[in-house]
Amino acid sequence: MAEAVSVAAESFAGGRARGARSVLGQVVLPGEELLLPEQEDAEGPGGAGERPLSLNAGARSRVRVICGPGLRRCGDRLLVTKCGRLRHKEPGGGGGGGGVYWVDSQQKRYVPVKGDHVIGIVTAKSGDIFKVDVGGSEPASLSYLSFEGATKRNRPNVQVGDLIYGQFVVANKDMEPEMVCIDSCGRANGMGVIGQDGLLFKVTLGLIRKLLAPDCEIIQEVGKLYPLEIVFGMNGRIWVKAKTIQQTLILANILEACEHMTSDQRKQIFSRLAES
Amino acid sequence: MAAERKTKLSKNLLRMKFMQRGLDSETKKQLEEEEKKIISEEHWYLDLPELKEKESFIIEEQSFLLCEDLLYGRMSFRGFNPEVEKLMLHMNAKHKAEEVEDETVELDVSDEEMARRYETFVGTIGKKFARKRDHANYEEDENGDIQPIKAKKMFLKPQD
Repeated sequence: MAEAVSVAAESFAGGRARGARSVLGQVVLPGEELLLPEQEDAEGPGGAGERPLSLNAGARSRVRVICGPGLRRCGDRLLVTKCGRLRHKEPGGGGGGGGVYWVDSQQKRYVPVKGDHVIGIVTAKSGDIFKVDVGGSEPASLSYLSFEGATKRNRPNVQVGDLIYGQFVVANKDMEPEMVCIDSCGRANGMGVIGQDGLLFKVTLGLIRKLLAPDCEIIQEVGKLYPLEIVFGMNGRIWVKAKTIQQTLILANILEACEHMTSDQRKQIFSRLAES
Repeated sequence: MAAERKTKLSKNLLRMKFMQRGLDSETKKQLEEEEKKIISEEHWYLDLPELKEKESFIIEEQSFLLCEDLLYGRMSFRGFNPEVEKLMLHMNAKHKAEEVEDETVELDVSDEEMARRYETFVGTIGKKFARKRDHANYEEDENGDIQPIKAKKMFLKPQD
């Protein structure tokens, strides 16, 4: 039994290193190795083994490739660590580069990432820092000086239980995450304490990215219903506020449910809402 | 007694600076080389084959910001929160127009006003650092403008 399993594993690992270009848009599983385009040409049509790549000194055709979430570097190849669809984006700027590859996966648990804008709840106030719960493995720390216009004498008005919209400056697996409500120029840019009332609820991370896509129809349709305000946190939290409690609840229900609805069902619901 | 036995000086003593002043440069060099040899042999080193570092062309990033162009997280519709709506326009426009690098910088203060203020500014600061006798040069006009500095009055020798 053990021998059969080991033989199967070998054949799997040896024969299934596919090219990244050929797998775009398809489902990939953790453990798969993907070859980058230059390596595909070098290997040739028949090569699928463990042949070492020969790096010519003169061949400067290697371009810088960025491997995003769900992928890791494994020698010269990309190793998949999450299951989902493989995506690719060409570099938009004038400079070179091979683009970005990433895996579009779905999960509910958030892992802090530097630069992400998140909604946090203040859980404790100790000395000069606030402890903010962002849904990660530990609470993030937020210094009272990281608000716009805050000085040692002029402290921000933040109480325990307040909602904060901020971004991470330090977020790795070795250290406690730190967040700030200020950008590099010292301006708030909409970050800071989120106002009174409203409703905070949790959704999956994939839905947040879907709603924040530039051409999202859901947001456009929702915006036509009635005056409202929404704040999206990349940690899966959404805060909504409308004029009445009923409107707020309707909005929250729509956003939670739209993940599993087809576009026809969604249009039906919106038309019913528009009538009432 | 002392003449019979040659004084044997220890090695450490010979290595001292005052003992080496009398030596020639060649002997000095020889001594130095021996010293270096002893020191370098004492250093530890790993007995491994040299690993060639391969330059990796793959960069790992865990953030979704590079992958997808996402809009700004705060949104407001139909005038619910005017500040947020202004912010939406600002942030999303900045995001789209990132490639256009040579935008004209908006000036808070126009050039003319800047020049006007600077004119008066020079006078007031100069007055602050002028000595008491020079304050006469900074007499204010009827309009309140500071006049330019007049020529300094030097001692005139009386002509006989």
